[in-house]
Amino acid sequence: MGFFERLTKIDRRIVFLIIMLSVILPLLLRVDFPITVTKEVQNVYDLVDELPAGSTILLPCEYAPDTMAELEPMLFAILRHCWSKDINIIAGLFYHTGVTLVEQEILYMAEKMNAEYGKDYVFLGYRPYPAVVIMSMGQNFRQSFPTDLYGTPLDDIPMMQGIKNYANIDLVLTINATSGVDQWIIWGRERYGFPFAIGVTAVMAADYYQYLNSGQVIGIIGGLKGAAEYEDLVNYKDMATMGMSIQSFAHIVIVLFIIIGNVGYFVTRKKKGPRL
Amino acid sequence: MKRQLPIAITFVCAFILTLQYFIPHRSFEIMYEVSNIWLQIIGIFALSMGILSIILVHYDKIKFKKENWGFSVVLLASLFGMTTVGLIDTESGPVFVWLYNNILAPISATLFALLAFFIASAAYRAFRARTVIATILLLASIIVMMGRVPIGSIISFGVFPKLADILINYPNVAAKRAIFMGVGMGAAATALKVMLGIERSYMGSD
Amino acid sequence: MSFDPGVWLAAFLTLCIFSFLYKDNPFYKFAEHLSVGISAGYGLVIYIRVTFIPIFIDPLSRGQWHMVPGTLGIFLLIFPALIGILLFSRFSRKWAYIARYPIAVIWGIGTGAAIPLALQNFIVRQLQATIVPITFSSWQDLGSLFIAVGVACGLIYFFFSKEHKGVFGGMATAGIWILMIGFGSTFGFTVMARVSLLIGRVIFLMKDWLGIIG
Repeated sequence: MGFFERLTKIDRRIVFLIIMLSVILPLLLRVDFPITVTKEVQNVYDLVDELPAGSTILLPCEYAPDTMAELEPMLFAILRHCWSKDINIIAGLFYHTGVTLVEQEILYMAEKMNAEYGKDYVFLGYRPYPAVVIMSMGQNFRQSFPTDLYGTPLDDIPMMQGIKNYANIDLVLTINATSGVDQWIIWGRERYGFPFAIGVTAVMAADYYQYLNSGQVIGIIGGLKGAAEYEDLVNYKDMATMGMSIQSFAHIVIVLFIIIGNVGYFVTRKKKGPRL
Repeated sequence: MKRQLPIAITFVCAFILTLQYFIPHRSFEIMYEVSNIWLQIIGIFALSMGILSIILVHYDKIKFKKENWGFSVVLLASLFGMTTVGLIDTESGPVFVWLYNNILAPISATLFALLAFFIASAAYRAFRARTVIATILLLASIIVMMGRVPIGSIISFGVFPKLADILINYPNVAAKRAIFMGVGMGAAATALKVMLGIERSYMGSD
Repeated sequence: MSFDPGVWLAAFLTLCIFSFLYKDNPFYKFAEHLSVGISAGYGLVIYIRVTFIPIFIDPLSRGQWHMVPGTLGIFLLIFPALIGILLFSRFSRKWAYIARYPIAVIWGIGTGAAIPLALQNFIVRQLQATIVPITFSSWQDLGSLFIAVGVACGLIYFFFSKEHKGVFGGMATAGIWILMIGFGSTFGFTVMARVSLLIGRVIFLMKDWLGIIG
């Protein structure tokens, strides 16, 4: 087997090993690169930043540990931004595997930012079937969530006084790894017309630019890159920023593998002659 | 009774649910909400049936000592263990949360992380510029990959991010819109076929 | 290095899953089966505690349902439970067909909700956003024109009832090019997402478990 043919037939375990090293080595070397902020993330940041103190954001977090690496830094950056501006958060979710995770993440950030439960934030908990919950919340949040996750009636929570439905919410910002985004657009944004922004995994992001173009979504925070941009905007570089530097090397390695594969392919094809 | 009644039930439910969308009256909204709560209640029985099915399959493997039956013991023990802990403790209880954090979370996160290796290997093996359209696909993915990481901006003096932005915001939007319109038409057509009893595969065979 | 047994367990299970990269092995199978059991148990607990009890058991024990008051409400609440129980007839060969009734309810409600949803969101709203006035007063307008033409070409590519020849064929070719850019973008984003998840696990191993990085 010649050199160029070998290039097209590298053992998959060697490919795996090099990919693993492309993540481990930059992590040890800690190289930092500047982050450029895109318009779609800037839109979300501006929307939150322009809200006056005391405003309320509905923050449905629909993800589980499988996508935690991308969405957790996003949630942290958003909570940091909101609570530093005295903006109240109503969190909840429609994805059962994430209940424990999201609860812990919110409690962790609340402790860091000195946010008080019932005054600065409320955790509604989980309900299945997003469409019906989204619609019923348009009438009254209490229809689907008579109590919060801990069993306290919403009427007994100070922050929820005067908050009945979407009309009392300044922004709906969902951090989502599910098709729940579509449900929010169809049953929520289209019916009730509230300002709507999304934070999604990178896999999903490409599909939602059409909604950005149609104006149904005001901004998109896409994957770890989006989270890093938001960290940059709130001026607190954390896990996402660190992750993006590592990501740079991994992408270069993958692109190099694609180039190597193609070089090998074209050279060996020339030698063998074109396929009929 | 075996086939006609389910078809009639499907038609009635689907017709009422379709109709409610076009009649913005509170009574129809209540009907929609009631139907969705029905789904949630039926859902718990469907979930229980699924879990019962898992239990029966693995009980069978253990009983007849089939290949890898030891793993079935692990599965059943973890299923009963987690359920018991969750029902005795609460969903926010320390033991339940500990099991979630140290077993469920790392395994599911790592299972998805594995895909990074497979997608890299697949890209190396299958991404070949054999034809014009394959080359377009290849170039678009490389531009997006490089345009969305900080180093891409540095090595191309800002060209990759700009190109990636153009690709994502225009051709990508056009492509996704065309695909989603096709999906929308297909979904509506399939739903209509189910509603009218033309598509019956969901009922299984007699 | 961490001294927390939970972190050690999580690290062990992470390595069990990663061991699949070499080849399928008993460690991977163990973690896989453990994950299925734990997640099924977790799902059942969450569903019972956070959904079934508040939406079914609580209203029944109070004797009234906020959606529909009176005896009718209680009947409307018990009815789906009776339908749900019919699902278990699947386990009997003789009575298996009875499970079709609850399945018919699920499919009926699902398809009924899907028809307007698919038409409104995927077609009507996207058409509205595609056919916009173009005045050529800004670059944005050029982009809108590109999207409109691109969508038309993409749809023509999917239209197989007319032969792809002449102008129609040219548009179909442009359509497939545009679709390929869309797929390429999605692939780029997918690589990004998967690498991000890998980074998350490597950070866990090196920071939370081994403590090599700060």
